Formats: sequence, structure tokens, C-alpha cells
Amino acid sequence: METRVGKETSIAIADAVGLCDADIVAAYPITPQTHIVEHLSELVADGVLDAEFIPVESEHSAISVCCGTSATGARTFTATSSQGLALMHEILFIASALRLPIVMVVANRSLSGPISIWNDHSDIMAERDIGWVQIFAENAQEAQDLTIWAFRLAEDKRVSLPTIVNLDGFILTHMIEPVVVPDKTSVQKFLPIFEPVLRLDVDKPVSIGPVGIPDIYTECRQAQQHNLTQAYGPIVETLGEFAKHFGRQYLPVESYRTEDAEVLLLTMGALSETAMEAVDNRRSRGGRVGLVRLRLWRPFPFEDLYRAVSDIPVLGVMDRAISFGGPIGPVASEIKSAFYHRNHRPNIVEFVAGLGGRDVALADFEKMFDVLLETKETGKIPPPRMVGLRE
Amino acid sequence: MAVQSAHPKWTELAVGTAITEPGGARQNRTGDWRSSRPVWKHSECIRCGVCVMFCPEGCIQFNLEVEGYPNADLEYCKGCGICAHECPTACIAMVDEEE
Repeated sequence: METRVGKETSIAIADAVGLCDADIVAAYPITPQTHIVEHLSELVADGVLDAEFIPVESEHSAISVCCGTSATGARTFTATSSQGLALMHEILFIASALRLPIVMVVANRSLSGPISIWNDHSDIMAERDIGWVQIFAENAQEAQDLTIWAFRLAEDKRVSLPTIVNLDGFILTHMIEPVVVPDKTSVQKFLPIFEPVLRLDVDKPVSIGPVGIPDIYTECRQAQQHNLTQAYGPIVETLGEFAKHFGRQYLPVESYRTEDAEVLLLTMGALSETAMEAVDNRRSRGGRVGLVRLRLWRPFPFEDLYRAVSDIPVLGVMDRAISFGGPIGPVASEIKSAFYHRNHRPNIVEFVAGLGGRDVALADFEKMFDVLLETKETGKIPPPRMVGLRE
Repeated sequence: MAVQSAHPKWTELAVGTAITEPGGARQNRTGDWRSSRPVWKHSECIRCGVCVMFCPEGCIQFNLEVEGYPNADLEYCKGCGICAHECPTACIAMVDEEE
């Protein structure tokens, strides 16, 4: 039977990994991911979770161990953040190329320097092209649910890809929220036993991770691009399956009060919850503003985005990272490119907000809405701006 | 999976481009990389087997048809010259491939 309890999000995630009966957890603790692996270590030590907890000397080793264990057919979990994710960098590409269905939770945190342990999305945006499925959670319930779902999706034979569940460091990882926790039997019904597509087996030897000479590398890359793009279908399908089992439906792109809206703002992650409140406030004063929440980042949900944005004239994009020396926001530049060939292209206004743990308050969203409504009036797109910057 | 083609289309690759048939490297005839080939001077060869041991391709064998002297399988010999370099009697000459 499901129970409704108050839980720290990190603990909810660790318990979810326990409910999924992970075989292997290989991880290195790093703020603000620490509570996740700490609690998993407890679950294993207490005999609640029958898994091997492999403490490693670095994140590079953590993800390398995960590749090895996943290739043997073990359900494998890891979690990291910021510099830890960056240290995993080279192996992340290998995990996806080898089609290893590792599940990783990333507690999003800024990258140094200056040294910062606080929240933004610069860690994950630097890993955009690693070939993993990447999804963002907005609250504790969703973080728990998407962790359970991630195993189902990653291990789906049509997909067989590593999957990252992103959640905002501190502002979500360390938040205590009410969470509806499913019972183990219902999780087992949703998540069948892991049967790998290909695995290391002494009785049926295979070579995993061989050299790809120039004669074949292009074909390998095309296979990977096709595979990740095609994962979209199973993603929607398994999210639907999740809804059937647990009654909570998650979509690749969610809209909030976009009906009759004059301008829209696009957000990702936990700040979407503040943004929804800001939309409510603005609407209560007659402002026709709405919100688009981009949950699925890879594969990029183009059609869902087009449906959500529809024929809106002005779309604001709130980035939580900077692409230095380029178009300022990595998400905004993708949204722009998604619309480039469309007959209807909204005027896109770029915001960068909440870097390195800087709070983004309701008043900041109000200011962003002001800019968007003004853009609608004047038809002139303002230059990208850093929200809350002292200048 | 059936024997893997040396030039597969992207749709024909195994999952994760794994190699599911052992021994596939034999299909790579590395001999055509060669610009020179080893030639043994039988009068100086003591048949010690050092060249056999050192060959990185494992393509040198004792040839029973020629009184047990070593020779290289030219399908795979890349002409690296390690055998000639290591030979204790310096009886192996690296001869340029003319064609």
C-alpha cells in the first residue's frame, strides 16, 4: 500500500532506488548529492537493500565501475553533482555508446570557479552531448517517481540507454516535502527484472567497446543518434505506464495556464514551481502570462514544444547556465534553433537566472514577465539579460 | 548474429557496436600496410625463436617445409621490423616491397 510521508528529497530518491532493487551502487559523495548515496549506503549496510555498494576513490571510477557492472547485467545506480559529473565526462560518452542502462541522479550544481557548491544547471549543460536520456524533476514526488521510471525506461530493450534524472541541488535535494511512496509490490509490477540486450557472459563471449576505425565510426554515431531520438516513443509510453500504475502523469513538456496567454516563459527544474506561483499572481492582476516547463531535455521533445508554444508571439527562456562567448543561454539557443525553420517563430527573450545559488524570487519572475509583455507591445527583442545582476 | 560484414550499414551494427563473433580481427589483412618484409638468411639463423616471440602480430612461425626455419605470414605481417631488430644473429633483413 502506498504511504504519504514527509521526506527529504534525497532520502526519497535513495529509497526509490531501494524499491527498484538496484544490484550495484557505485558512487562518490559530493555536495549536494551526498544524502542520496549516504542513505543508500545505510540501506545496504542495514540489509534493507540487497546490493553491492562500491565506494570508489573518484567519480571517474564511480562511472567506470557502473559501466562494468551494467555490462554484466546488474541493475546499476550512481549519483553525482557538479565537479563530480565533470570528472565523469569522458566515460559518460562510453556508457551511452555501449548502450549501458545505468541510472544516474544528478543534483545540479554550479561548476567552479569561483568555487561554488550551490545550485544552477551549468554541470548538466556542459554534458549536453553525452548521448544519455536526460530529464528534470521539479519536486520531491517527481524526483522519486522519475528515479523509478528511469530504470524502466533505461532497461527497455528498445532503448537500452543510460538515463540521468536531474534535480536542483539544495533547493530540491535538501527540501523536505510530502511524498507518496509506492509499496514494493507495485514497483515490482511496474519494473520487470532487468534483462540486458547484450551482456558480458563467459559462456557467450562478446567484445564490448572495440575500436571504431574511420571506416565505421560514422555508422556507429548514426546508430546512436537514431537510437536516442527513437527513445522518445518509449519515453512517452513508459511515462504513460507509470501513470497507469501510480496515478501520476508526467509529460516531456508541461504547460501551465497557457490558454489565452499573450506571452510565455520557459523554465526547467524546481524553479518552475516558483514560476507557476508567479504566473498565478500575475494572472490575478489581469496579466495574461503562462508557463512552459521543459522536463525532457534529451531526446529533445520538439513536437511537444511546438504544441505548447503554439502561435504565441513572445517566448521568454530562463537559462540556469551560460555558454560563454556564444549565444548566452544553452537552453535558449536550442529553443531558437528548434523554431528556426518553423513558419511561426516567436520572439525569443533570453534570461539567465539563479546562477551559483542566487535566489530567483517571485519578484524576479514579475520583472521577467514585465520584459516579455513589453516585448509583445514594442515587437523589439531586448538583448539577453542576467536576472538580478548588480550593474 | 551472422558473420559481421567488414563494411556494415549503420542499421546492421550490433547493439553498442559490440563484436559478437570472436576472432573477427583475422578478417583484417594487415599485411597490406607493409612497406618492407622480413627475409631470413638461413645460413646465419640459429632457429632460436626470438623473432617468433617478439612478433607483435604473432604471424611468424617455424616452417617445417623449409627445414624448420621461421617465416612470416605475409597476409598479416605489417613489416614493423621488430623481428629484424631483435634477432641475436642479425640474420633477418627488411627488404623493400617493390610493387
